[in-house]
Amino acid sequence: MSKPVLRVQDLSVTFTSLAGSVFNRQERQIRAVDGINFELFAGETLGIVGESGCGKSTLARAILGLLPPNRGRVMWMGDNLTELDEEAMRQRRKELQIVFQDPVASLDPRMTAGDIISEPLWTFYPKMARLQVDERTRGMMKMVGLLPNQINRYPHEFSGGQCQRIGIARSLVLNPRLLICDEPVSALDVSIQAQIVNLLQDLQKKLGLALIFVAHDLSVVRHISDRVMVMYMGQAMEVSEKERLYRKPLHPYTNALMKSVPVPDPKLAAAARRENWLTGDMPSPYRRPKGCVFHDRCPFKVKRCEADVPPLRRMENGDRVACHRAEDLDLSVVEA
Amino acid sequence: MALLDVTGLEVEFETPEGTVRAVSNLDFHLEEGETLAIVGESGAGKSQMMMAIMGLLAENGRARGSALYRGADLLGMTARELNAIRGNQIAMIFQDPMTSLNPYMTIEQQMTEVIMHHRKLKRDEARAQAVEMLRAVRIPDAEERIRQYPHEYSGGMRQRVMIAMGLLCEPELLIADEPSTALDVTVQAQITQLVRELREQAGMSIILITHDLAVVADIADRVMVMYAGEVVECGSAEDIFYNPQHPYTRGLLDSVPRLDRASDQDLHAIPGNPPNLLDLPVGCNFRDRCDEAREECREPPPVWRDETGRMSRCVLPMEGGKRVDPDGTGPESRATNSASRENRE
Amino acid sequence: MNDNVEKRRSERTVDDVFAQAMAEPDIRGRSLWVDAWHRLLRNRAAVVSGVLMILIVLAVVVGPMIAPWAGDFTDWDNTSSPPSLETGHWFGTDAVGRDILVRTLEGGRISLLVGLVATLVSLVIGVSYGAVAGYYGGMTDRIMMRVVDIIYALPFMFFVILLMVVFGRHIILIFVAIGAVNWLDMARIVRGQTLSLKNTEFIEAARACGVDHHSIILRHIVPNLLGVVIVYVTLTIPQVILVESFLSFIGLGVQEPMSSWGALVNNGAQDMESAPWTLVFPAVFLTVTLYCFNYIGDGMRDALDPKDRA
Repeated sequence: MSKPVLRVQDLSVTFTSLAGSVFNRQERQIRAVDGINFELFAGETLGIVGESGCGKSTLARAILGLLPPNRGRVMWMGDNLTELDEEAMRQRRKELQIVFQDPVASLDPRMTAGDIISEPLWTFYPKMARLQVDERTRGMMKMVGLLPNQINRYPHEFSGGQCQRIGIARSLVLNPRLLICDEPVSALDVSIQAQIVNLLQDLQKKLGLALIFVAHDLSVVRHISDRVMVMYMGQAMEVSEKERLYRKPLHPYTNALMKSVPVPDPKLAAAARRENWLTGDMPSPYRRPKGCVFHDRCPFKVKRCEADVPPLRRMENGDRVACHRAEDLDLSVVEA
Repeated sequence: MALLDVTGLEVEFETPEGTVRAVSNLDFHLEEGETLAIVGESGAGKSQMMMAIMGLLAENGRARGSALYRGADLLGMTARELNAIRGNQIAMIFQDPMTSLNPYMTIEQQMTEVIMHHRKLKRDEARAQAVEMLRAVRIPDAEERIRQYPHEYSGGMRQRVMIAMGLLCEPELLIADEPSTALDVTVQAQITQLVRELREQAGMSIILITHDLAVVADIADRVMVMYAGEVVECGSAEDIFYNPQHPYTRGLLDSVPRLDRASDQDLHAIPGNPPNLLDLPVGCNFRDRCDEAREECREPPPVWRDETGRMSRCVLPMEGGKRVDPDGTGPESRATNSASRENRE
Repeated sequence: MNDNVEKRRSERTVDDVFAQAMAEPDIRGRSLWVDAWHRLLRNRAAVVSGVLMILIVLAVVVGPMIAPWAGDFTDWDNTSSPPSLETGHWFGTDAVGRDILVRTLEGGRISLLVGLVATLVSLVIGVSYGAVAGYYGGMTDRIMMRVVDIIYALPFMFFVILLMVVFGRHIILIFVAIGAVNWLDMARIVRGQTLSLKNTEFIEAARACGVDHHSIILRHIVPNLLGVVIVYVTLTIPQVILVESFLSFIGLGVQEPMSSWGALVNNGAQDMESAPWTLVFPAVFLTVTLYCFNYIGDGMRDALDPKDRA
């Protein structure tokens, strides 16, 4: 296998907040991302899945240097991005791009679609001829399925799905090598979600992008990912090849996430309900459970889970899991 | 008699760009103890319809038609009469629990206020009731947590508090507008489960407004699918999920990503974009996005009904349905409707 | 099979639509500014105020040029004469026979000029200062805002009197004095807005696209601040005019023979019993102007931020 383009090593992001009164200041720390390791190959798609607050979006931003990590390395084509100075990092942004969750909020409401899409061009190639920029912008619009003659329209004149297409066009205009999609469809209508997922998949094949697709539920990621990483409270619970993960998840939490994906079928829904054992909420990030972070919601826990933190260990087939009981649990999905 | 009987409901908004018809010519009824799901995407008019019925339309909105709740027309009521019904007999839950809770008051203050106002109870009785209700929606340590402020709750818990507040006065009808959309799937399942249990205990009727068919499958008896302000299909949950008639319903069902189906093919997408109510196509509203679109679709589509109350609005004949052409009060309003559309073009 | 049919269909239509769109001219977008302008035009109070303001400005600019009298011309035949068409003094004259109409219009020049210039000064300083403090945040922000707090704490009147005593009474000083105080508010408002803008996704998107800080402030932050700033400016102008009037009223403002509405009201107030018209006309102009600016400001606020209207 070739060398990975992106290697994330022990990446951690901690947020500090102040609590208590003026006289009794306490610093509280939230480990939003806690020692994440993974690698990504050219042309590969990694899905990152977890409930809200699990740190998946923070991880995405930390990889891109939009948030400062306080530990770990982001190795991109041989350079450690966390050590680059601001200007050097800015130059690397040509290669690393992001699509945001909220299609409308991620577009400047006072700029036209054309201005938005061409902004990265102006930024990196200020001397580019106006005509050339215009041509490239229209080309991008066509590529993402927007009518090029709408180049002078403003974001509020587009629907949510179209706005997301503008966001995708902007992120691809510089020909990046890596595209991170932070929940790109969760704010869209159901019928539009599939359009965007299909578009991203097509573009990835066409452009040979490495893709990180962040989502809060396993069903969307399934169609687009090669591998899936499941996160919980800032940690990776499982990183598995897609088909294996969906057929036989290794971690109870992955299993729980799968069980909770709603099915548009009344009979199956009733069946799924009986199997769904995940109760309660994710613990407050200030009160991180000792041992395995998932133990207080896990029906398979044993004594050891409350004391020892399970490391993310590699299984024989290359999948990785952070669970003491990965070998003796059989969580295979029964085919209907 | 039906608990809620809506006929000929129209909702219009005056906007700078012209009059927007958010809901047109809508009929439905809700039986006691029944759960009706109203499904549709943005711009379908599903929320505006409920707002109109509850007298909560924005200032530039107007509603016509009738909405009989136990025989009394909600649309003709004064604000005071409506207020008495809202909260007491009809409770509403909104999508975003944070904006519906007052951030400067504790959960206790907000809950007891409701009880004391509607039930005329003393403060400690009200408090006891509130705690009990929080337990019912499974807030852990309800005694303690009731003293906290909304921001100290997680999203799922806030939504459970909203449900608890909605149920405080033991309403006969619960209207839930996208109650679980802002929540994680794991929490979503818990909320639907909770609503189902409470429904069984209290024998409530529920109107669930959502864009998510998967949530509907989990809870609804009957489903009404809306598109661009009109009902395109209506029927029992079984009918809608196992034998959808309208191409839009089929498209919606197919576009839900599923874990129990093969993953190697493209996800099914409905092409095009949600309708712009200011610029609807002539004839069938769904025509531009429909796989089955044909020349006849330039005319307003016919309505099909059968004796079970099943309904579909499409040129394609409905299985076992009779053509009711056009529906009820339809002919004039549909005609003028399409005429005005043509004028605009 | 069904899927394939569907796919072919949708692909064909997409291509058709594109071919068609390529041939068509570009659609013109409707910016938020245009939207806001249309909303403003529907606000009757704001439109009436706007028209009145234009008339007042025109009168103030053109009036003195075509008037038969100069502002400092003394008509000894008609001292303290009430308004009359016969004498040609439509608004009457003051105790030394100067025409009130011309004086009012000339005073208006000064009042409006002070309002505009002082507001412009506060606009330029306040917006750049506030945007920088808000955008960079952290230590920069803390130091910059402490400076604002300190200047704020200086008693305004004391500050003005000090300036007058040191540099003598001069109209430029009035601009300086008022501008120096007014930019503080502007800076605070802009900083607050910038703080909330800074965390929006489109700013983050710009950062992710490699746009540098300088361009983010100029291209994204400032245009998105403009709405709030414009509203604040329209509400600041009358405030400044009022401050100037107040300074003139207590004798710290413009000096004879120059005049402003405040100075005229001051003079008029002294002869209020014998010649009320010397008070009434400048006072009416002053009040109408203030009203107009406030209505325009309110209208702009509604127009620029329709969400706040409900």
